[in-house]
Amino acid sequence: MTLTASPGITGRGTADLAVDLDSVVKRYGPVTAVDGVNLQIRPGEVVALLGPNGAGKTTTVDMLLGLAQPTEGTVRVYGRKPHDAVALGLVSAVMQTGGLLKDYTVEETVKLTAVLFGKPASSVGEALDRAGIADIGKRLVGKCSGGQQQRLRFAMALLPDPELLILDEPTTGMDVGGRHDFWQAIRRDAAGGRTVIFATHYLEEADAYADRVVFVRRGQIVADGTASSVKALASGRTVRATLPGAASSELESIAGVDTVEIRGDTVYLHGRDTDSIARYLLTSTPARDLEITSRNLEEAFLTLTADDAGSTR
Amino acid sequence: MTTLAARDLPRFGGFNLGMIRLELRRMMRNRRTVVFTLIMPAVFFLLFGTNASNRTERIGGGNVTGYILVSMAVYGAMLATTSGGAMVSIERAAGWSRQLRLTPLKPVAYIAVKLVLAMIIGFVSVAVALAVGSVSGAELPAHAWVLCGLLAWVCALVFAAFGLFMGYLLPSENVMQILGPVLAVLSFAGGLFAPVDTFGHTFATIAKFTPVYGVGEIARYPLVHDGTLWVAVLNVVVWTALFSLGAMWRFRRDTARV
Repeated sequence: MTLTASPGITGRGTADLAVDLDSVVKRYGPVTAVDGVNLQIRPGEVVALLGPNGAGKTTTVDMLLGLAQPTEGTVRVYGRKPHDAVALGLVSAVMQTGGLLKDYTVEETVKLTAVLFGKPASSVGEALDRAGIADIGKRLVGKCSGGQQQRLRFAMALLPDPELLILDEPTTGMDVGGRHDFWQAIRRDAAGGRTVIFATHYLEEADAYADRVVFVRRGQIVADGTASSVKALASGRTVRATLPGAASSELESIAGVDTVEIRGDTVYLHGRDTDSIARYLLTSTPARDLEITSRNLEEAFLTLTADDAGSTR
Repeated sequence: MTTLAARDLPRFGGFNLGMIRLELRRMMRNRRTVVFTLIMPAVFFLLFGTNASNRTERIGGGNVTGYILVSMAVYGAMLATTSGGAMVSIERAAGWSRQLRLTPLKPVAYIAVKLVLAMIIGFVSVAVALAVGSVSGAELPAHAWVLCGLLAWVCALVFAAFGLFMGYLLPSENVMQILGPVLAVLSFAGGLFAPVDTFGHTFATIAKFTPVYGVGEIARYPLVHDGTLWVAVLNVVVWTALFSLGAMWRFRRDTARV
């Protein structure tokens, strides 16, 4: 099942793309983590990579940062190889965990980053301010809370003044307050026109902060579009009807039906255009007792992103 | 199309003094490093080297206390450079090496920074040992104070390579807890705590092939002018080569993986 609500990118050239993934495959031994991903992101977009754990989000992020090499296909960031874009400070990232030394202070950590990027000393205070951690500059990293460490990673990512900022599950392990503060800081920053890509498995985060949502499942993009259009695609409805002796192959061939489930004499047909499914059932089959129910967003998300093996539907 | 501001790569692959300064400050903050590399060798010297008979017995142009002092300076330099090199282990375990991949710092520049740090802290360790020795009854000819110290320091480079190799081999938060005892055994085998011929001919022969032997012999040479220098030099050269190759091999695997 591939739903596409992507705004027309294909007509444009690729020279001015922030990110260009072309038929990218990444295998780790027998495991295919990313399975043929094509993704183009333009400068200024705020994009959510949404999917369950193990969907291939982190692997995709690693390839964008040059931390992993694709097995097949090409990855370009601002027209360059990912590692070159990283070294030039065009792209930076806030990683999920790790990446900090406990016996540095917050300020020293940022200072070291500034030194490595050849930025002036004044950029340190600026980055600390923008990440909202100027008050804890002298604190040892090992004594910082998870939220504070995450904002420190954010400050480090801001230092090269990147064109593209990548956030990998940025709010994992934060409490509600920490999460809110973190997104406030990101939002302020993105208002300045920076391209942002964030991987998340929180539907609300994708919904609230992204212009564009890319659903990933088992290493593939299953939907891509604006948050609202993807939600519309995902949140189809279900027609329940009593139809004895129905064959699932027959039901699947009805226009607009995505999935079919048969329980005894009752059939459940899921699809976007439930009106036409209902019309067909009533006019061309002996179906009766029709009922149309809509799925909630959470359920729709599960349908789009769940592993078939782990799913009961 | 957005025009991107011109961006440059830093010079020398990111190798710079600012990083070394920050890293030094961090090392000094680690109490265990300070105790192991600066205080322990000096304490060992005071415990084992300064009794009356050592002070009065002559050797070369100095006394036995001076002889033991040079051995302890080597021991300190060795601990310091090993722990300097082994920092990469802690940094890999913490994901810091990965974070550094998100900067322009080249892996080779990173290794260079670690080597420089290892040698700086090794220098401080030798200086501390010699300073303690000079006020605790160690007697050496004037030129030997300088030469023995310098040789102990320079030859400790072999252990900076050893530390790097182990650092890449053992990704662990407390790699020095493993390497500390290893170094003690190697020091014993290499004749740093007691001359190798005290334990018989066979032991003395084996000792010549262990990595600490060469460094100790060379460092004490300006004092004793004794022993076959070329064996000691060969020992240091071969072990430095072996440890460097080992470190390079692990380092390459590490960069290939990430």
